[in-house]
Amino acid sequence: MLNRGRNIEKGRVITRRMFILAAAKILLFAGISSRLYNLQISDREKYEILSDKNRIREWKTPPQRGIIVDNFNKVLASNDRVFQLHLILDEINDFDVTIFKIKNIIGLDQFEIKKLYKKKERLKPWDTLVVSDNLTWEQFSKINLYLHELEGAKPVLSTSRFYPYANDLAHIVGYVGDASPKDLEKPEIKENFVPGLKVGKYGIENSQEKMLIGNYGIKRYEVNASGKRISQIDYIKERQGNKVNLTIDIEIQKYAQELLKGKAGSICAMDIYTGEVVTMASSPTYDPNKFTHGINQKDWQEIKNNPLKPLINKSIAGLYSPGSTFKPLVALAALEYGILDPNKTIRCKGHKHPYELYGVKYHCWKKEGHGYMKLRNAIKQSCDIYFYEMARLLGVDKLSIIAKRYGLGTNVLGDLYNDEKNGLVPDTKWKRRALEQSWYLGETVINGIGQGYIQTTPLQLCLMTAQIANGGYKIKPHIIKDESINYKNVINKIKLDQSNFPLHEKNYLDDIKVEFYQRMYHKKSNINFVLDAMFGSTNEQYGTSYKSRYDDPKYQFAGKTGTSQVRRITDLDRELDLDTDQIEYKKRDHALYVAFAPYKDPRYAISVIIEHGGSGSKAAAPLASKLIKRIIDRHKLREQFNNGNTSLA
Amino acid sequence: MLRERIQSSNYSFIDKLRSIDYLLILLIIAIGSISVFAIYSTEGGKFSFYTKNHIIRLSVFFSLFLVLSFVRVSTWYKNAYLFYIVGLVLLITVLFFGISASGATRWINLYFLNLQPSELMKIAVIICFARYYHRIQSSDIQSYKFLIQPIILLIIPCYLVIQQPDLGTSILIAGSGIAIIWLAGLNIKYFVYSGLLLLVSLPFVISVLKPYQKSRILTFFNPDRDPLGAGYQIIQSKIAIGSGGFFGKGYLKGTQSYLEFLPEKHTDFIFTLFSEEFGFLGSIILLLLYILLIYRIINVGLVSRSFFAKLYCFGFATAIFLYVFVNIAMVLGMLPIVGAPLPIMSYGGSSLLSIMLGLSIVMSCKIYNQEQISVY
Repeated sequence: MLNRGRNIEKGRVITRRMFILAAAKILLFAGISSRLYNLQISDREKYEILSDKNRIREWKTPPQRGIIVDNFNKVLASNDRVFQLHLILDEINDFDVTIFKIKNIIGLDQFEIKKLYKKKERLKPWDTLVVSDNLTWEQFSKINLYLHELEGAKPVLSTSRFYPYANDLAHIVGYVGDASPKDLEKPEIKENFVPGLKVGKYGIENSQEKMLIGNYGIKRYEVNASGKRISQIDYIKERQGNKVNLTIDIEIQKYAQELLKGKAGSICAMDIYTGEVVTMASSPTYDPNKFTHGINQKDWQEIKNNPLKPLINKSIAGLYSPGSTFKPLVALAALEYGILDPNKTIRCKGHKHPYELYGVKYHCWKKEGHGYMKLRNAIKQSCDIYFYEMARLLGVDKLSIIAKRYGLGTNVLGDLYNDEKNGLVPDTKWKRRALEQSWYLGETVINGIGQGYIQTTPLQLCLMTAQIANGGYKIKPHIIKDESINYKNVINKIKLDQSNFPLHEKNYLDDIKVEFYQRMYHKKSNINFVLDAMFGSTNEQYGTSYKSRYDDPKYQFAGKTGTSQVRRITDLDRELDLDTDQIEYKKRDHALYVAFAPYKDPRYAISVIIEHGGSGSKAAAPLASKLIKRIIDRHKLREQFNNGNTSLA
Repeated sequence: MLRERIQSSNYSFIDKLRSIDYLLILLIIAIGSISVFAIYSTEGGKFSFYTKNHIIRLSVFFSLFLVLSFVRVSTWYKNAYLFYIVGLVLLITVLFFGISASGATRWINLYFLNLQPSELMKIAVIICFARYYHRIQSSDIQSYKFLIQPIILLIIPCYLVIQQPDLGTSILIAGSGIAIIWLAGLNIKYFVYSGLLLLVSLPFVISVLKPYQKSRILTFFNPDRDPLGAGYQIIQSKIAIGSGGFFGKGYLKGTQSYLEFLPEKHTDFIFTLFSEEFGFLGSIILLLLYILLIYRIINVGLVSRSFFAKLYCFGFATAIFLYVFVNIAMVLGMLPIVGAPLPIMSYGGSSLLSIMLGLSIVMSCKIYNQEQISVY
């Protein structure tokens, strides 16, 4: 019985303990249930998002870049077909072996292979490695021949930037290249970037990125955990970038580049009413196509080490003293402010009796002197003495107001080119602020002949000439077609305005802001005087560019030469009086020329600068003359085209 | 001598059939069928290798379960120690002749099946301990003499299994053994003391763990520590389960598991797949099936007369609970990933075999519930 009692006790213990365990089990199961509740009901949304991310992987497809066309819709930058070799990384078992095979087939050098390994490290295992983005046809066909031996290799027909006019437009259109980390900070690139996409590096390609880049497409694939694509579930097609329409006439641009061949310099031409830049050539130039796939070391060294500096866009980033091309503006300022009667006579006595101010001598460029000069003759024959005296009377601050108003001292194309220079129109305030020095009268005197502190870009000189030639109206220079401008209206407005009445508002000659297409002059007669003087300079005997003139009124133009010194002229130099050829290249003067054409009813302004070309009349004016003829010959075509008759192209 | 202790009663075959726990059989069939569908789903809805194998094993082992259910409970009692010894021998065999997979040596090649002796050991320990405590007087249970033996019996297989290495199974073996010691009535203070001792020695234990085990435990506390390595499984499993929502994504529509984000989806992570496809509702139903199964096993223990049967059933019920809890808690990210299959659901012959074997002993307890086994 004792045993039985013990056994009953043992049975009870077992059962009691079982119930304690059962209670614990229920508790733990409740824990699991609440966890399930948390995951599947409370946090469901969070895990659903995570799950979709897990399941769907996106591949972005690169968009085609927008094309760039000239005024006549001729394509300046297109997308050419290229042959590429891609490697799908997750299809490759042994990367080393594959690369070795590819190396033997298309002939990669050690440097390129190193680069590929570096590139691969940055990629995710399911990414695509671009082995070459520009294979030759021969390489491409070889790859296709051996394709069965190359796991993961994918020959691809793709597009890449192509510039059919190569060297002729490098400085305007710019070029593309691989995106740098800095490029990727720009929102328009950041939003649309796809690995391997080329982005604008310079020029229109760079500043119009937003227009050109387009939108990438998205291919969504269902994938498994190792990233292998199982099926495509979505494809949003990529959108090609927008077309950018330039005001450039490629035929004239080509001709301008041809005229500049072998020289360092710039030619700019613009419509004096609409402000359309017709050509903006810079020399020497380079082939932007070389940059698309990464320029090779040899070509790069060649461009970089060229003493004529091909990479500098001389039209907008080259700074030059305007020299005598500044004189029409100085004369205009003096007339507008009523400083001087154009009939005032000053005697230029040559080098033996130079202009003297506080004991400093200022020479005219002409050794023998010009003799007795009135203002018109002083412009026509470019007499320095007359302008020394006129500048002294005018003062630098008044001159700077007019100079700035007509387009000098600020960049012309806004933020289109990140290297465009503002130039410099000095005044007393500027000198005090920038150099912490007071202004000397002698600086005013040399400023009168476009030397000294003053610095201008060729495009600014072109704009200045245009705004005098159109009768003194402010225009809006641009190189990309501006749909907001009604060209016909603008031309009519300016042509009909040309008021002879002087303005009586007192502040009209102060430093005020003038709106676009509004008059900038005070008295119409002053403008006309300057234009007439420039006519004389080109079309009358003793004029500095008389040799380059056209007698046919269709082509007849008016201009002003300039010779800009790059160093101080010493007495010894004057003694020697060497020809340009005899002077060391770097020490030769820059040759400049500004002009507008046709003289009767002008339409185009042009500026030519030949670095170290010697005198403006010999080196620059003849080029301008040739180009003017070409521009005027093409004018009718341009008018017709711009007025909607596009069939002519 | 042994024969004298057993008062075998004569049951007619009809009696035997009558006393079968049909609900238990139904539950086994239910969970078994669910497991077939789940494994079919892991193969992306294709009737191939795993599904085929699983169905074959299920039917073979279920038949085995039915046959073995008619083995007298006294026979199990008699051969309990032998069972344990066989298990131990097999474990030692693994040590020398075992076949390896993914860095662990756990299996013996039996040609028709790669046997995992540690799975059998789970049952062997329970049956062995049930017999051991069957005849120990409640007054003797507290004595060190009788305590030291089961502890040794427990430590040997656990050590062997840890060596494989297989921390999960080893913990489950230990858990089942301890459960029986608890049921037998060992004073609660021993459990408290040893619990404290374990806590104190934890730093030391962790220091001797294999690097991958350490990493798994550290990862459990912070799955984002290494999201593509050790934390990967926990994160992927949670994503799959969480994204299932209340009703689930639907059968064969579980994208996470279908797309192979889930590791070991047909074995340890079968619940994840099931839960993703059938949601909270399905998971709770499956959980209820397991609770019912455990309840029926406990019920068999309650109606059994012998201590052996009681201890075995209660112990086995606790073991099943432990397997289910550890597996689900693991895939829910509540416990470290230690490698514990979900009973019946998980693909794997040894695990299924041992569960079916264990269940057949339960059934035999039920059929022969009036069988007396003398404690003397």
